[in-house]
Amino acid sequence: MPSHDVLVIGAGLAGQRAALAAAEEGVSVGIISKVHPVRSHSNAAQGGINAALNPGDSWESHAFDTIKGSDYLGDQDAVEVMTREAPEEILHLEHLGVTFHRNEEGKLGTRAFGGASAARTYYVADITGQAIMHVLYEQLMKYSEQIARYEEWFCSSLALDENGECCGVVTRNVADGQMELFTAKSVILCTGGNGQVWRPTTNALICTGDGIAMAYRAGAKLMDMEMIQYHPTTLAGKGFLITEGARGEGAHLLNANGERFMEKYAPNKMELASRDVVSRAEQTEINEGRGFPDGTVALDITVVPKKRVHEALREIVLVGRDFAGVDITREPIHIKPGNHYTMGGVKTDIDGRTDIPGLYSAGETACVSVHGGNRLGANSLLDTLIFGKRSGRDAAARAKRNDYTRPSKKVLEDEENLIADLMSREKGSGRRISEIKLELGQTMDGKVAVFRDEAGIQEALEIVKRLKEEAKTAYIDDHGSVFNQDLIAAIELGYMLDNAECTCVAALERKESRGAQYRTDYPERNDEEWLKHIDLERTDEGPELSYSEVTITQWEPQERTY
Amino acid sequence: MAEYTIKVRRFQPESGEGPYWEQFEVDLDPSLSVLDGLLQAKDKEDGSLAVRCSCRAAICGSCGMKVNGQSTLGCKTQIGEAQEQADKMVGATGVSAAVADSPIRGEGSDLGSAGNPIVIEPMGNMPVIKDLITDMESTHWTKIRRVTPWLLPHGEPPEREYVVDPESMIDITQSMACIQCGACVSSCLSMEADPDFIGPAALAKAYRFVGDPRDAETQERLHDLAEDPHGIYDCTHCFSCIDACPKGVAPMDQIMRLRRKAGEEGIEDPNAGHAHEMAFVKVIEKKGLLDEALLVQESYAPGVKGKLKPSKRGLTETIKSLPTILRPLRKRKVKLRQAIPGLHHGLPKDEMNDVKSIYKHAEEHNEEFNLYIKGEEGELAEDDVEKGIERSTEPAGQEADSGQ
Repeated sequence: MPSHDVLVIGAGLAGQRAALAAAEEGVSVGIISKVHPVRSHSNAAQGGINAALNPGDSWESHAFDTIKGSDYLGDQDAVEVMTREAPEEILHLEHLGVTFHRNEEGKLGTRAFGGASAARTYYVADITGQAIMHVLYEQLMKYSEQIARYEEWFCSSLALDENGECCGVVTRNVADGQMELFTAKSVILCTGGNGQVWRPTTNALICTGDGIAMAYRAGAKLMDMEMIQYHPTTLAGKGFLITEGARGEGAHLLNANGERFMEKYAPNKMELASRDVVSRAEQTEINEGRGFPDGTVALDITVVPKKRVHEALREIVLVGRDFAGVDITREPIHIKPGNHYTMGGVKTDIDGRTDIPGLYSAGETACVSVHGGNRLGANSLLDTLIFGKRSGRDAAARAKRNDYTRPSKKVLEDEENLIADLMSREKGSGRRISEIKLELGQTMDGKVAVFRDEAGIQEALEIVKRLKEEAKTAYIDDHGSVFNQDLIAAIELGYMLDNAECTCVAALERKESRGAQYRTDYPERNDEEWLKHIDLERTDEGPELSYSEVTITQWEPQERTY
Repeated sequence: MAEYTIKVRRFQPESGEGPYWEQFEVDLDPSLSVLDGLLQAKDKEDGSLAVRCSCRAAICGSCGMKVNGQSTLGCKTQIGEAQEQADKMVGATGVSAAVADSPIRGEGSDLGSAGNPIVIEPMGNMPVIKDLITDMESTHWTKIRRVTPWLLPHGEPPEREYVVDPESMIDITQSMACIQCGACVSSCLSMEADPDFIGPAALAKAYRFVGDPRDAETQERLHDLAEDPHGIYDCTHCFSCIDACPKGVAPMDQIMRLRRKAGEEGIEDPNAGHAHEMAFVKVIEKKGLLDEALLVQESYAPGVKGKLKPSKRGLTETIKSLPTILRPLRKRKVKLRQAIPGLHHGLPKDEMNDVKSIYKHAEEHNEEFNLYIKGEEGELAEDDVEKGIERSTEPAGQEADSGQ
């Protein structure tokens, strides 16, 4: 039974940062990831990372932009922590070796990003997430004596002790199918978001909401699950991401008539308004018949100088060429809003603590909440690092105070039984896992997307409930132990269905339009009734609703225009 | 939508059987990827078909594989293009000769008229675990860790950022663009011959530190990589890694940069590659034609000093080269005056002026051709000139937009 003071689940930016921060405190750390750490989805964050580090910029300005971007649903104490600590974190990364873009003086240079009142986005070409994550992985290799890496181990449930405190996790070594109960004094969930619940999505196939579902099943509260970001520029059909950096560098959005339509929706910030605003504008153009026949509008990057495109948007040149057959330096590329980011998640405080003692969460899995109803571009990397670091430190401090407690072996037996049940289902006894996933993804993208209404969400919820039943008899083909991806996909489907149910319930409950939640039947923001978080707790009958206050420190809610 | 036959090299470790080929019929848009084709087969027909994948957009580096024999990412290869490629291949009953006799399972083995199947195999130079999944840990990652893959700065960090030449950051961003997919390792011919070769991915990673002005151990790194018999001089310059790399990292170029830096450090190259390069430059500059005898001498005993006081290695290497010149002399393929260093004639004076102007041009344009920065097409420079003009005529409009 492997034991570590601090056990981190997930090895994207939040997980790796948490592991490094915990190790710095001198405790033993294990980091578990269902894929090799450098395959984690933080890779996909292209544009950059925000920090008020330039002279003349201030954390207050960054905080205000973030809060306004959140449509005032972000908790302002958390936003303050994140924006105050941002500059130090950027310098820390720079010192570790991140190859940030430099200005002519050789100092850190910035680019403009959506929803921001200053150019405060630090970047490495358009591979910022990848560059930072690979540098953190360098550090994991460097500190391999303090940090044990469990690469390609899949986590299937959390273990609680008799006091209801988190003390371990049930895992499966993907390479050989061996099941293990890991024990720990603190567990940090950093498993990313749940984009795969929607189809298409910019998210990787691994983004199946594992941590959110595991915490929920263990009894932790989830928060703001209705807040799902649709990114304004994704490739039609495939859902691939075109970085906001493209618009940051000056690219225009055009409808089929060649009109720069953002003039109508956000006359000041134009293409660089908040993502929810731009996505709604695009969807409106498309719905009202001013889009292209393939249900898209155009992103025109040809207005950006070619040398600059090759230097700063190289990844997008490749994405255009390889996945759309378009040379973006010569012609506009067709894009549409696509599922991108989970603002909600496991409810935590500013040190990553969840409702379950010993259980922490950071990054996209968590909902602190700094993003509220809508996340600003280039704030996600920052969120992962700041709250990864803080939860790592607090988890280490907790580990120093406490002794190991013994989890009940039952949790391991339960998982083994579940797997035995899955393996025993005969071919043709039910639906294929992949069929259920497809129906789920299309349902959610059709009914719980940019524009929502009660009837649609209700319908989606009914379908999700039916799919949950169908999942109970769905069968898999692979009955082996080595790299049984079929089995893992079946467990992931369960996670995805829990995530979907929570999103539907919360979206149905919030009878207003705020940030990413736009209800055509309640088109206005309603601060009087809905300036509050929706919390969800698992019961046998489904998610139970409650509310919590939004923390407001110094920025009173105002009307939001760009 | 179009129908494709994909022929996958499979291995199920728990079956007790050896590897075999299996064909799947898939139906998808030609612009979708080979990985999409595999996932369709997995989703609809056989969930046990094992392939690592995640992002589907060539950023996570999970799906390294061979498609029609070429190491690449499954997600980055359009299935329509893979089909065209397969159709051009002769007798595509399996690309690897060593495994061509493995049994074939699955539907459509008698396709014939519908064209060749798209052949998909696991990556090379790595043990196969299951189907397309290889053991990257024992090969790729062990080699990555071999190059001390983390920054080793000197002393305490500054209060703010390290101030460095902006170009240097762009320069190493090319090797930072590596996603550790292993396609270059899979394609590496040197590694096939010498499995201990540190290899293209790890050496490209090493350049990321050697080229980083913040790293304080550059010299030690260069000595380490040069003195290892499986290090930077083990590359045979075959370009396979450059072809295979899905991210334009051009690992071989990074290895050549390491060699150049090693030369600048005064590290002796066992192949005398750097000295040979310099000798070549010098001989042509002097004569315009290649005086091969002089080239040998200059490579091992450069300049007056080298000749007056030749190094031990210079002497042994020069003596070692003697049989090479004696044989053609005996067969009268080379005249005696060609075999004596310095006697070979040069170009006439007017033609030498042309040679000189080439040298002058090269010196004035002494910059590295970095594909990562410059793009792939030569016309880029022209385009930028045009863009520059366009931009300079309309800055007012641009500013008005952002200032609103």
